[in-house]
Amino acid sequence: MRLTTTGVARNIEQGIVGIITTEHLSREKRADRILFLEADEAVCTEDLSGYRALLSRDELQNSPSIPYVHSLRESDYLRDGDIVALEGSPGTVRSLYRPYEQHHHLFVTERCNSNCLMCSQPPKDRDDAEALTKRNLELIRLISAPPPYLTITGGEPTLLGDNLFTLIKQLKASMPNTELHMLTNGRTFAWPDYSRRFAALEHPNISLGIPLYSDFAGDHDFVVQAKGAFDQTIAGFHQASRNGVRVEVRVVLHKLTIPRLTKLVEYIYRNLTFTEHIALMGLEYTGYTPRNIDALWIDPYDYQDELERAVEYLAVRNMNVSIYNHQLCVLRHSLWNYARKSISDWKMLYLPECERCAALSACGGLFQWAIKKHSDHIHTILSLPKTSQGYSKGDRNGRLLGVLATPTR
Amino acid sequence: MARVFYPLERFAPATPTFHLLPFRFTRLNGKELLVNEAGEFLFVPRGTVQRLTDESLDTDSALYQDLKAKQFLYDNSSSPLLDILATKIRTKFDHMCGGTKLHIFVVTLRCEHSCEYCQVSRQTATRGEFDMSPETADRAIAMMMDSPAPAVTLEFQGGEPLLAFDVIQYIIPRAKKLARERKKDLDIVVCTNLACVTDDILLYFRDEGVKVSTSLDGPAFLHNKNRPRPGHNSYEKAIEGIERSRAILGMESVAALMTTTAASLDHAAAIVDEYVRREFHSIFLRPISPYGFAVKTRHRTGYEMDRFLDFYKQGLAHILKVNRDGYRIAEVYTQILLTKILTPHSTRYVDMQSPAGEAWSVLVYNYDGDVYASDESRMLAEMRDWTFRLGNVHKDTRRSLFTGDPALQLFQASCNQALAGCSDCAFQAYCAADPVYHYATQGDMYGHRPTSGFCARNMEVIKHLFSFIEENDRDTMRILWSWITGKPLTEEVVECA
Repeated sequence: MRLTTTGVARNIEQGIVGIITTEHLSREKRADRILFLEADEAVCTEDLSGYRALLSRDELQNSPSIPYVHSLRESDYLRDGDIVALEGSPGTVRSLYRPYEQHHHLFVTERCNSNCLMCSQPPKDRDDAEALTKRNLELIRLISAPPPYLTITGGEPTLLGDNLFTLIKQLKASMPNTELHMLTNGRTFAWPDYSRRFAALEHPNISLGIPLYSDFAGDHDFVVQAKGAFDQTIAGFHQASRNGVRVEVRVVLHKLTIPRLTKLVEYIYRNLTFTEHIALMGLEYTGYTPRNIDALWIDPYDYQDELERAVEYLAVRNMNVSIYNHQLCVLRHSLWNYARKSISDWKMLYLPECERCAALSACGGLFQWAIKKHSDHIHTILSLPKTSQGYSKGDRNGRLLGVLATPTR
Repeated sequence: MARVFYPLERFAPATPTFHLLPFRFTRLNGKELLVNEAGEFLFVPRGTVQRLTDESLDTDSALYQDLKAKQFLYDNSSSPLLDILATKIRTKFDHMCGGTKLHIFVVTLRCEHSCEYCQVSRQTATRGEFDMSPETADRAIAMMMDSPAPAVTLEFQGGEPLLAFDVIQYIIPRAKKLARERKKDLDIVVCTNLACVTDDILLYFRDEGVKVSTSLDGPAFLHNKNRPRPGHNSYEKAIEGIERSRAILGMESVAALMTTTAASLDHAAAIVDEYVRREFHSIFLRPISPYGFAVKTRHRTGYEMDRFLDFYKQGLAHILKVNRDGYRIAEVYTQILLTKILTPHSTRYVDMQSPAGEAWSVLVYNYDGDVYASDESRMLAEMRDWTFRLGNVHKDTRRSLFTGDPALQLFQASCNQALAGCSDCAFQAYCAADPVYHYATQGDMYGHRPTSGFCARNMEVIKHLFSFIEENDRDTMRILWSWITGKPLTEEVVECA
């Protein structure tokens, strides 16, 4: 499903965040609302005061005086209750939050101090900290029913500096029961003082998702295109955990990470024993990946041996491991129990082959951009296997002394 | 700023300058086995150590990457991450934290058995001077609770402690009260042959959350041969006691230990099968201790370590077969050693620690108030050798116990990091010091490794386990890991996530 659409903007000087309403509301209920006119509705443009803005598929005959985006290229996906951000030039409508979805994100910055070869969200070197923080604080304020999970993502969130602490404090105050997962390269956490300050926020439900691409420093640094990143990330894992911040290890599987995958999971077990979860993730064909595809591409079907060894290695050691972004038809049955439906609703699709697939309901599908490149082995599963041998999920984590055990929930 | 991508060489130079981090090594099965200070190991081709020391190792090889990732060396292209290595080493010494955890109370020396290998003096089973007095019990409880450990285990031994059930009933409520006041967790175990157990005793244990540890040496013919008592019915009594205990306390609260005598050596499979038949899920293939009456009766019960190792290997092979056939039963010593070898964690098993667990991890309070460094120490005392008597509850404090001459002499010999023959042994990180054993068998706490039964046993067991690790058979390793983690062997997975 779409995340943004464009149109023609009027009266928008700075970004506006509001909740879409498809029904005309009485004046006292209009605060925070953006009225969305789907079709050729007759509307009295004099009677729009109180709304934050107006969206319409078509151009209205009498242009209103409030902020206004019309002639939207796409608008079918906009629903009552969606929280959107409007930008003036060009006229952009960006969906920030859709209550009906499973996965929710807080996109906090486009800046990053790494430059991963397969980044799905290539960083931009511009200072967006103040503007995005302002937008996100308003977004947090507008979410009326807190979601069970929320992912803080970027860019590299820690580059926001104190703004990140402001956001997390706000989240703690307005939705303390929402489980926060922050995707970070973990490098900033290597500073003991930073980790201490982060822990001192005492958010009751926050964990970090930190990528690790090799047990060999040079290989990891090459993948993330930053010298010294491995040392900082490993130290960051330890400092975070030592201060009681829960961590997850994320590994993107591609031609550069597969050769040492067995050794990487061994490294994780011995050095990052305290990790709550290890996610072994399929490559996304978007962002930088198409540019580096020759260096990165390996058909997931062709790394089943390595993947199975890695999963089994962790599972027998009681480590909590999952496979993300893989279709069941390219995974061996022994791995099905570990495959999660991990792709966000808005960027997930199924292929024509999937329509009659017996495993469809259990399968997480593909990234929408996988339509351009995906495994050659996607196929329709005609009947489900009766049982498959697997290993039960780990339910307790080890601890390293001096590094606090992660609290069990 | 335009974003560009740089080649691998920028991040991992082909010819870095490298330096060694501490490790030990040995030759094993045609390869070299390297073990670092945190117990991480790597099998490498023969000649690798030579190439490491003369710096002729190919730094562009997967082997070099393996050695660097496992912290056998570091180079000038990245940080040595010494803080991470220190954390891993610290984790391996976790058992050192918190002070003495296991506190053994010898509530009586009386026993109605007359086992040939018995490790303590037997006394006729009439009430007398060999029971712990209330005054001594009070002092021992206080000393136990003076340990800084946040969780302590109180273990009743004898003799046969159930013959002094009144003493047990005196101690338990007082220990619990003091544990509450000191905010300590308290586990209570009774080591008993169960011959005199009654439902009333078991109901008391159930209400007080007491666990039972008993002896089962194998099938009837073997158990009764090893453990004579009037009526020649030790086995029948033990089985009856186990079943009654389980009925009242629950399956999980009843454990059994076996001792390997000369008579046991030809019956490894039968002993394992007896444990399976009795629905136990662990068995400890334990050699006889060279203490107590075992020394006097060596000609009948003792044997050479080689014969025990054959027994252990046969037993372990049979246990693995039983597991492959679907019944989960773990061999405890294997589980302990594999935890040391394959995991980042330490183990609480007091007989296999360096610094040695004696006194640090376990204290024994004898019926007369004397405090010993271990159960074996007090067995020596029953043979009139008081070398390891640290003091007496009526005269000493925890501080004076740990700073007295007996304790200091013991501690000096208690680190295998500093023992001749151990200091450069590849298996040091997995093994232990046992000054009491070496004193008892060789007359010297430091001991002589080439003739040490302790060394012979552990070297061979560790090598044997490394052959499994190197072979890396999927089914075998899954079974061994299930022992380490305590997880079921496999799970039928019907529905995907």
